Amino acid sequence: MLHRIQSSPAATMRTSRRGFLKLVAGTGAGLTLAVNMPAVAADSSATGANSAGNVDVHAFVRITPDDTVVVMIKHLEMGQGTFTGLTTLIAEELDARWDQLQPEHAPVDTARYKNLHWGAQGTGGSSAIANAFTQMRIAGATARAMLIGAAAELWQVARRDISVSQGVVSHTASGRSATFGELATAAANQPIPAQDSLRLKDPADFIYIGKENLRRKDTGKTNGTAVFTQDIQLPGMLVAVVAHPPRFGSEVTGFDASDALKVKGVVNAVQIPSGVAVLAKDTWAAMQGRDALKVEWDHSQAYRGNSTDMMADFRKRSEKSGPVASSRGNTSSVLGQAEKVISSSFQFPYLAHATMEPMNCVALINDTGCELWNGEQLQTIDQAVVAANLGLPADKVKINTLFAGGSFGRRANPNSDYVLEAVQIARQVKGTPVKLVWTREDDTRGGYYRPAYVHRVEAALDADGLPLAWQQRIVGQSIAQGTAFEAFMIKDGIDSTSVEGAANLAYSVPNLRVELHTVKLPVTVQWWRSVGHTHTAFSTEVVIDQLAKAAGKDAVAYRLALLKEHPRHAGALKLVAEKSGWGKPLAKGHYHGVAVHESFNSYVAQVAEIAVHEDGTFTVEKVTCAVDCGVAVNPNIIRAQMEGGIGYGLSAALMSEITLEDGQVQQSNFHDYQVARMRHSPQIEVHIVPSAEAPTGVGEPGTPPIAPAIANALAAATGEWQTVLPLKGARL
Amino acid sequence: MSVTLQINGVQHQLEVSEDTPLLWVLRDHIELTGTKFGCGIAMCGACTIHLDGQPVRSCSMPVAAAVGRQITTIEGLASNAAARAVQDAWDELQVPQCGYCQSGQIMSATALLSENSSPDDAAIDAAMSGNICRCATYPRIRSAIKSASEKLS
Repeated sequence: MLHRIQSSPAATMRTSRRGFLKLVAGTGAGLTLAVNMPAVAADSSATGANSAGNVDVHAFVRITPDDTVVVMIKHLEMGQGTFTGLTTLIAEELDARWDQLQPEHAPVDTARYKNLHWGAQGTGGSSAIANAFTQMRIAGATARAMLIGAAAELWQVARRDISVSQGVVSHTASGRSATFGELATAAANQPIPAQDSLRLKDPADFIYIGKENLRRKDTGKTNGTAVFTQDIQLPGMLVAVVAHPPRFGSEVTGFDASDALKVKGVVNAVQIPSGVAVLAKDTWAAMQGRDALKVEWDHSQAYRGNSTDMMADFRKRSEKSGPVASSRGNTSSVLGQAEKVISSSFQFPYLAHATMEPMNCVALINDTGCELWNGEQLQTIDQAVVAANLGLPADKVKINTLFAGGSFGRRANPNSDYVLEAVQIARQVKGTPVKLVWTREDDTRGGYYRPAYVHRVEAALDADGLPLAWQQRIVGQSIAQGTAFEAFMIKDGIDSTSVEGAANLAYSVPNLRVELHTVKLPVTVQWWRSVGHTHTAFSTEVVIDQLAKAAGKDAVAYRLALLKEHPRHAGALKLVAEKSGWGKPLAKGHYHGVAVHESFNSYVAQVAEIAVHEDGTFTVEKVTCAVDCGVAVNPNIIRAQMEGGIGYGLSAALMSEITLEDGQVQQSNFHDYQVARMRHSPQIEVHIVPSAEAPTGVGEPGTPPIAPAIANALAAATGEWQTVLPLKGARL
Repeated sequence: MSVTLQINGVQHQLEVSEDTPLLWVLRDHIELTGTKFGCGIAMCGACTIHLDGQPVRSCSMPVAAAVGRQITTIEGLASNAAARAVQDAWDELQVPQCGYCQSGQIMSATALLSENSSPDDAAIDAAMSGNICRCATYPRIRSAIKSASEKLS
């Protein structure tokens, strides 16, 4: 069994001006290691040795006398593989045995477990490996050095003659050896090695990083034993199902729970700011109780618009100049004088995340504090929001992070929407644990969508067919506005998440102007796997394809000619062209389309092969993908994330759409909010660009290129580009 | 009403209203939480269990309809050779990402292979398209079914 660490620090030692390591040892509890890391970004070099560190303290490795290496995982495991990825980094430098490593979600403790890219504890932006690459390796290397130190003392031999391999510390000359577990307690009493005395491995010596054969560490997912928030059962727990407002901005004016309370198992109904919650002894009773509830709503302040009018309004706005997100050259005058201008308008609907596990959260509140169980993605923010709501100090809000049944951004809600909802219910039944359960209908209609957008692009070509000017207007809601993220995501009125991927267009265009019209609407919006790139990759990659055709050039060759300053885009593009057989004959009725896009510092190129059938419908048969994400820490997980990113983007490309009528969301469940199923899924082949660059994320970057690659393949078939998502004509 | 259910070879007697979906009986009353709630209207497959060996969506089946029949959930698959091959293939090919839908996927795949030991792509599409995976692990599910099929034959 694991030992719980006491909170009595046995030794603290400052090791360098750049940082310190702190040792916390509980009696007989073995080695616990806390590593301080920089407040900003981790070292960006691939080997990452001697990364800077400041004043922060983290605890990541705990070796117990039973030879288990417990690894504290500061990021949420939501399917992206962070349990495996972060464990790999520690295992590498520790030279642990893969099967002795046991990852656990870290508690909320911003000082120790903050995302080094954010300064707050949380997961997102494909940043887990990128921010923790050096941090985790240092943690592993430090633990290893202390195990060696313990062995050297015990055996009275020189440290340099001791080797570590597969969880065993050995001294060859004397034939002595000991397991990590046997040395754990002695190692805990070792002085902390100075951080600059640690030598991280040369990549040539890696035994885990970059290797194929590692089993994933998020186990229990093939036998039903993995525990999600939905599975939490606590003694005396009540399940809450909420009657939510039918429109954005509707408010409760009264309710009659008499019929709800007649449902066997229903025990209570309470009003909260976001509706009325029915509390019951089990989920089915709570659902039935909610359906029997009579709620009076005040719609006077509610949004009553519809999607058609909204899109027409967005299109109108796109005709006019707006705040500038980026500009070089003199775009408008060049466009005005150009002989050949290509114009396109694009339209993107609201999208729900539609995680398989609908939103849920367990909350227990009593007079001394609050405890939450959640697929927790934004620990620092949720803790602060909940503490403020309850009038508690932050440290009285304990958060147990559980596996999330998907998130794709949804569980990172800057307003803590569903978490706060659970708290607002639980505070009315103090001492009783409450599991808030959203139904699929609640989840589909609950807002926090990928915003709807309209883009208008005008591009001028020179006599050689190369782009001379590119003007892009983007119209839509801001994700960051009014949230804690506003301060660093909105600059000069421009929300970077609205324009990312367009404002920094990679293609060489001498005159570029990207403008943003931010529209305020009561429909709630949020990041959705790859955020702004979900729409900017589509518009930019379709327009570049249109320009290539207008220039009479091959779509890959044209892009490469414009990516001379961007070798990593070009590298991914060349690899995907080679592996997909770009330019070679395809089966009758099959067409290729290509797209390349950088997001979150990873570069992904995809070639979609579609088949156009006799009835005019099309299917996506195969996707070839090339990704450059720097050092490939877990190639198998990288491939999995590309496959998943493509599949997620496929739904948006072909079928998913949230629409509004009289302010009401028209979709409710998977019959009308359609998502990709097995029969829609193409064959996918992923190739990783060999790289020694610092590793970057893979959770999101697989998503942006698939929709434009499909649209470009369709244009190869029909000669016309569809510019409204979801695309029409897919065989569903 | 008082119902008696045969779940994973074990008899359970409980008091529950007869229209309660089997899913909620399994999850909330028997505390077999491997079977998941995804949509509540038999559109996503996360709640798939076997009833006398046939895959059914437990979210849309009243408990009364399961009385007198053999109910098998993900927790009760151990004795089934096809299921073991499926679970091994799932582990081998590292199919799960978030994992929430995978109990249902495995129940559907096991039922498929029990009926058809070497399904082609069309048969896999037909048997598996009722199970949504938002992580889109579909290519690996397809490969894992084929791998399990080879091991079984």
